[in-house]
Amino acid sequence: MAEAKNDIIVSLRDIFVEFEGEVILNHINLDIRDKEFLTILGPSGCGKTTTLRIIGGFLEPKEGTVNFEGKKINGLPPYKRNVNTVFQKYSLFPHLNVFENIAFGMRIKKLPKNEIKKRVKEMLSIVDLKGYEKRSVSKLSGGQQQRVAIARALVCDPKVLLLDEPLGALDLKLRKNMQWELKQIQQKTDTAFVYVTHDQEEALTMSDTVVVMNNGVIEQIGTPADVYNEPVNAFVADFIGEANIINGTMIDDCRVRILGEELECVDKGFGQNTPVDIVIRPEDIEVVKPEEAKLKGEVTEVVFKGVHYEMTVMCKGCEWIIHSTKCEPVGTTIGMKVIPFNIQIMNKMFLAEKNTFYADVISSDKENNTITVKVEDCEFEIENRYFEEGTRLEISLPPSALSIAGDGVGHIDDVYIESVIFKGEHNEIILESDEQKWLMQSYVDEQVATYVPLKFDFTKAEFKIAEGKNET
Amino acid sequence: MKLKRPSIPYIIWMVVFTMIPLLLILFSAFTDRNGTFSLEAFSKAFGYFDVFLRSLWIAFISTLICLILAYPIAYIMSRQKRNVQNALTMIIMIPMWMNFLLRIYAWLTLLQNGGPVDTMLSFLGIHTTLLGNQGAVILGMVYEYLPFMVLPLYSVMAKIDNGLIEAAEDLGSNKIKVMRKVVFPLSIPGIVSGITMVFVPSASTFLVAQYLGGVDDIMIGDVIDRIFWSDQNTGSAIALILMVAILIFLIILNFFGDEEAIAQ
Repeated sequence: MAEAKNDIIVSLRDIFVEFEGEVILNHINLDIRDKEFLTILGPSGCGKTTTLRIIGGFLEPKEGTVNFEGKKINGLPPYKRNVNTVFQKYSLFPHLNVFENIAFGMRIKKLPKNEIKKRVKEMLSIVDLKGYEKRSVSKLSGGQQQRVAIARALVCDPKVLLLDEPLGALDLKLRKNMQWELKQIQQKTDTAFVYVTHDQEEALTMSDTVVVMNNGVIEQIGTPADVYNEPVNAFVADFIGEANIINGTMIDDCRVRILGEELECVDKGFGQNTPVDIVIRPEDIEVVKPEEAKLKGEVTEVVFKGVHYEMTVMCKGCEWIIHSTKCEPVGTTIGMKVIPFNIQIMNKMFLAEKNTFYADVISSDKENNTITVKVEDCEFEIENRYFEEGTRLEISLPPSALSIAGDGVGHIDDVYIESVIFKGEHNEIILESDEQKWLMQSYVDEQVATYVPLKFDFTKAEFKIAEGKNET
Repeated sequence: MKLKRPSIPYIIWMVVFTMIPLLLILFSAFTDRNGTFSLEAFSKAFGYFDVFLRSLWIAFISTLICLILAYPIAYIMSRQKRNVQNALTMIIMIPMWMNFLLRIYAWLTLLQNGGPVDTMLSFLGIHTTLLGNQGAVILGMVYEYLPFMVLPLYSVMAKIDNGLIEAAEDLGSNKIKVMRKVVFPLSIPGIVSGITMVFVPSASTFLVAQYLGGVDDIMIGDVIDRIFWSDQNTGSAIALILMVAILIFLIILNFFGDEEAIAQ
């Protein structure tokens, strides 16, 4: 992994993809090295499959270059690229048997019959399907079809094998087996694998490199240990593994305040008194006597998980999850101790204490003390406020004043939910409208990557007349 | 074997409207006017052998042209977005909402001397008679039966997963090879049912040739139509021969159709 730079096979530079006005990939850069197992991990709709299709040649990026072994291959059709794909639904040819399916690529290349026979045989033994040559593909189980699909792609001897959630359709046990087998196949064939999945466990188990994607951008690239132990932001921490994510303040280098307690950590360079996100993995919290730790809490729930107990602890209004092999009964007060190394400090994904936006007063009613304002092409009424018509207002709202309109009637329609992260006591939700991002606090779980109507509670709002920007 | 009760109405229907008429035709083909057994009708039917062959020939050519035209149409249709697909299906279906005879009359008007097509051609300096020949008959048949070729082809092709086409491209096939190695073999069931749906009715069709063709272009369907009232026995004999010929054709075709068993 730490080899010289010249072993890069595929490199994506500044790739931008837009579909019907929606940004799918937002200027991403990615390098794929020879012989590595690279996993693109992200929730559905994050652009991971799109990235794969760009490498495969099934989709042309709107901007950016795709390089293959140093040469630009934009516009090159799939059949001219030295990459092969294992499709999500396997896409085996139903009119051909196992042998012919695997031989398909070589028949196209018109290889001699003996060689085709030899290579198919070799491949079948690699994927552990010896003697299945004459079977109809429809008579194979999911796992077997999967292996035929892998053999069919690998037999073409590609430089890079692209796999699009290939284990998604298999049951858990088979999936575990196939994970191990895939890794074996990858090592046997010395081919670079680019593996797309939304399953973080799969990604951590198999990969040399994990690429975490969200909303069309790459959040982090690193080894499985890197992404797990040192996530760059709350999204990555939340997506990979279980985590306690809480708000904190970086007082100074190596000093952080969590829930009013000052703790020691190892991170530097965040400045002074900076609001940050903090991740502490459930297994990194040591349960000690209350007097031995700064953070204390009461056990509210205990679940036996086989290897460990999962305890939920309430500490100053915040919910903590602890994994421990020792069980503390519900109701006991415990101390939570974390060594400085295990406190991971991250920059906030969206730094804002308040949501500030501009609104134009388009009509006002002095008698009823109401105004009608226009924000991002949406018009609505605000009660108990009066400003003259034509005024441009600067309105500030705390995150708690925002909500998602359950009845479907909001002040701003079709706001995109970019991320939902549980912060111990409430969900912190980042929303995106046409013109800006919003920070919302909510006690309800919301579905990411959906469009919702956003509602404001103007009783908590601060109004200011925007200076010098009177728009007509 | 136990019969299921709900099938009874269909059995009655089949007996009354298919089996009994068939037996009547069989009976009248093998008898003479007086109802005694005779092969006279068949020897008379043999006199129409040339018409018979010509009908099969015209049907064959029309089917072939339909297939050549319909195949790309169906393929292009099947690769469109869902709503475009529906719109195109609708457009293909619309002519079928109109009466069969009216459509033939429409062609008659279009192609007649001094009609729009003729006038246009004469502007270009081409003077020819468009009606009253085999070409016009084939044109009429192709027009009549094209939807019956497009629709079965389309319905089979629409089921071909785009993933299969992408997989073929991924494995090194260009567009032509994708067609030859994936789309064509998977569309064979559609081709078989399309041919059946066009060839069978066009071999036995009548009126098209009477209106669009010349005196010598009449088809076997027209012959049956014409002589049935005067000589029921010969008419029945010809109908029977035609049926057997089509049956043999269908059996042969089904051998190809069996490849769909592999395609499953």
